[in-house]
Amino acid sequence: MTALPPHIPEQPLPAQISTWFTDQGWSLHPHQRDMLARSAEPAQLLIAPTGAGKTMAGFLPTLTELADGGYDGLHTLYISPLKALAADIKRNLETPVAGMGLPIRIEDRTGDTPNSRKRRQRADPPHILLTTPESLALLMSYEDAPRIFQGLQRVIVDEIHALAESKRGDQLMLALSRLTALCPDLRRVGLSATVDDPRAIARYLAPTGCAIVRADPGPAPDITMLQTTEAPPWAGSGAAYAIPAVLEQVKHHKTTLIFHNTRAQAEIFFHNLWLANDDALPIGIHHGSLDRAQREKVEAAMVAGDLRAVVCTGSLDLGIDWGDVDLVIQIGAPKAVKRLVQRIGRANHRYNAPSKAILVPANRFEVIECLAALEAVQENDLDGDPRPSGPRDVLCQHILLCACSGPFEADTLYAEVTQAGPYADLARAAFDDCLTFCATGGYALRAYDKWQRLQQRPDGSWQLRDPRSAAVIRQNVGTIQDTDRLKVKMRGRHGTPLGEIEEGFAASLSPGDTFLIGGQIVRYEILREMVVQVSRDKGRRPKVATFMGSKFATSTQLSQRILHLLNQPDWPTLPAHTADWLHLQRQMSELPRPDTLLIESFPHDGLAHTCIYGFAGRNAQQTLGLLATRRMEEMGLGPLGFVATDQATLIWGLEALRDPAPLFDLATLEDGLEGWLSSNALMKRSFRTVATIAGLIQRNIQGQRKSGRQATFSSDILYDTLQRYDPDHLLLQITRQEALSGLIDFARLRDLVARVAGRINHRHLDRITPLAAPLLLEVGRVRIDGEGRERLLREETAKLMAEAGLMDAGLA
Amino acid sequence: MEAMPSGALFWPEQSLLCVSDLHFGKSERIARLGGAMLPPYDTRDTLTRLEKDLTRTKARSVICLGDSFDDSIAARGISEQEFTWITRLQAGRHWVWIEGNHDPGPLAMGGTHMAELPLPPVQFRHIAVPGSAAEISGHYHPKAQLKTKAGTLSRPCFLIDSDRVIMPAYGSYTGGLMCDDPALVGLMRPEALAVLTGDVAQPIPMPGRRSSIHDEI
Repeated sequence: MTALPPHIPEQPLPAQISTWFTDQGWSLHPHQRDMLARSAEPAQLLIAPTGAGKTMAGFLPTLTELADGGYDGLHTLYISPLKALAADIKRNLETPVAGMGLPIRIEDRTGDTPNSRKRRQRADPPHILLTTPESLALLMSYEDAPRIFQGLQRVIVDEIHALAESKRGDQLMLALSRLTALCPDLRRVGLSATVDDPRAIARYLAPTGCAIVRADPGPAPDITMLQTTEAPPWAGSGAAYAIPAVLEQVKHHKTTLIFHNTRAQAEIFFHNLWLANDDALPIGIHHGSLDRAQREKVEAAMVAGDLRAVVCTGSLDLGIDWGDVDLVIQIGAPKAVKRLVQRIGRANHRYNAPSKAILVPANRFEVIECLAALEAVQENDLDGDPRPSGPRDVLCQHILLCACSGPFEADTLYAEVTQAGPYADLARAAFDDCLTFCATGGYALRAYDKWQRLQQRPDGSWQLRDPRSAAVIRQNVGTIQDTDRLKVKMRGRHGTPLGEIEEGFAASLSPGDTFLIGGQIVRYEILREMVVQVSRDKGRRPKVATFMGSKFATSTQLSQRILHLLNQPDWPTLPAHTADWLHLQRQMSELPRPDTLLIESFPHDGLAHTCIYGFAGRNAQQTLGLLATRRMEEMGLGPLGFVATDQATLIWGLEALRDPAPLFDLATLEDGLEGWLSSNALMKRSFRTVATIAGLIQRNIQGQRKSGRQATFSSDILYDTLQRYDPDHLLLQITRQEALSGLIDFARLRDLVARVAGRINHRHLDRITPLAAPLLLEVGRVRIDGEGRERLLREETAKLMAEAGLMDAGLA
Repeated sequence: MEAMPSGALFWPEQSLLCVSDLHFGKSERIARLGGAMLPPYDTRDTLTRLEKDLTRTKARSVICLGDSFDDSIAARGISEQEFTWITRLQAGRHWVWIEGNHDPGPLAMGGTHMAELPLPPVQFRHIAVPGSAAEISGHYHPKAQLKTKAGTLSRPCFLIDSDRVIMPAYGSYTGGLMCDDPALVGLMRPEALAVLTGDVAQPIPMPGRRSSIHDEI
């Protein structure tokens, strides 16, 4: 907590408000008082844990300024990352405002708001408008934006730590720059959960300076690792072994949230939980792929206190208050300390009681990872992987939306854009590239009318070439890409909607295949008009266990902590089964160290195996597998396949690796990457996202929504065309940049090579090591179809022909 | 005639390339994990391989031995671009579509459409007729399995004996029937060979052929 500097006087509360507080028996928290006292400053950032009265701290100055009823028009804009959160805050704000008898009009405006109300809001804005980044961007693209926002005093950005991690936040910051140009007196307020680097968030919100107010972090959380009689399995991510213990915990608490890292894991766990739920405890499931109606049902039951537990994913990460949660269980290693802390904060919304959380490792290695995460939480050592600043596809969309609201000067817009935190360092040339792209589509596309969207007026300012295109640009506002999802419905004309699955997963299904969705087993029947039709299945085991979902990679910092943990002389804090395993590894080989790269080579099952302990996170280890096997193929080692985890990549093939150095030559790796990338489906997918955000591809055209398949098709053609004729096209540059840090995560692989700088410790062993063994059980093996398989096949065919006495048999 | 490693059959004297079971328009299957390495469209992949074979053999005639199109999706699944591609391959070539059990009949696509094609001494048809001789057919998508150190590998294969050739499916990602299936064993002579497709064509004694069943008994 920061003490109030002496020059800032404490601000008195208006009578209605202070009376109300007294009547409730409440007093202001110190950070709420600070926020109020400093409310005249141009920017403030509040860092506070869940339950610390963040919302009230943000709104109190607004209520104070509006208390006398003398203000007319829009005073405060509140932005939240979730529609549901905006609605939730509206309810939570209306109660005290009514209690205080304040003459304040509060409304929300999201994608769910009826058009009639939206029109009325434009004509006659409320005092406080609660909205989302996308709805704000849309509102600002209207010609009458200056009038709507005239006189706006304050903007409150809630959950800014979450927004700052995505393009949605970047879009919002551009919109705030625009707002500041319209209303020079606008004050900014950011509300954030506990983060590793508050100053970075402050710069993001207001690059020219921002006061940081810290709330008392509250008591340390009560966090433990689940004790089970049975040791966790060697591999896998289901944590089925822990079901009885988890049920036991649910019985002993009022309401438990059971977090999972992926939707697939949540589905499987929920299914298994119900099979074991002999007491029929009311337990629900909640994740982003479920149908909205289903999710709302669970949310309502939760608020009403009807559920004893909810199995959930990141969809419950953000701050909606779902009632009296007294325990959070995290299944599987949390992968990032920051996420874990925020999830733990979901338990116990009372500010000064400790949150209670239990970590459940899903396999033996995760025992170590959970312990490392647990120690990080206790030391409040949060991790943050910095994002590249100022994505240019978002800027392109912003330029187009600006043009929708009216003509603009390039110089003015550039100056305005660089006032936004994430774009503070944007070079003029980069801005001009984006402007040129918006105007002409870029070199290879400039011959096509369709992509010529801006033109210069005689006075040098820019405007839409065809004013009618504004409608299409507005329809495609936003940076959230849920493109490749298909709806799932029960078969029949009025079949119940169940949720969504990835298009790629749908393509892999054949009629009759069964899978899990919303906790039930369904049978795939047919794909009709972009809807997956299914029927109920009575089986107890789904045939296809998983569908994809975002798999988080273990953060750099947590990986480092794990490495340091491994290098302790002994592990008194680890359960015996795991400590024994590590001792055995030390005896047979050695444990990976932070400053060198351990590589083990050993024969197993008649094949040469090599295990590379890079600790670079799942995505980078996967990329390493792809690039290393390419190189090994060139070296004639006949690689046959590999599998990657967050810690290591295990490669198997015909010939043993003698010298690993060539695999880690950065120049060669980059060459391999270049060749592999250009024809890569992941690149095409990234391109589709970038091209959609930048407005090259439209998902919505006059009310018709293109299917993912149609969008894929046209974006693939564009990708191939640009790749061939205009490889330096702006959108390809952006795509490459994003692919390298996203799923391909070459950046971390490069860091790994730099970190170990040639210090490779290659051990040749005569058998598989304890640390490598669990990798053999991992799912997600990638097979390499190369010379290795051909050689095995040739040997086998020659043998068969010889046995049949057909040695020299030619073909007729 | 040459059984090519790609799964096509080449007859140099006639400058004729025969491919079977292309299954154009089968919905694209994007591989799940690590699928990055697979092309997103099977049709494009099949066409790329076909174009390569045509360029290498300089074949002037092409026979597509049935099931060239996957029934229901033929109209929707083939994109404008792929349609144009096929038309380009057809230019300057004699092109015969043999009818298969999947094909929806003659399509709005160039070339001759026939139920069967006699080209003495050989008969081209989609499904083998027991008892006939000098016959080239497809339909079954034969595959052979071999156990190796890297696990069991399976490859599409030609089945060849003195009476007939049963061709592998040329289309990408099509399923197949193992050649020890009774339907195939019944059609082929005991001394039949299976020729595996891949980098090079590799002959092996046909797995499951009748003689080896006798051996086991």
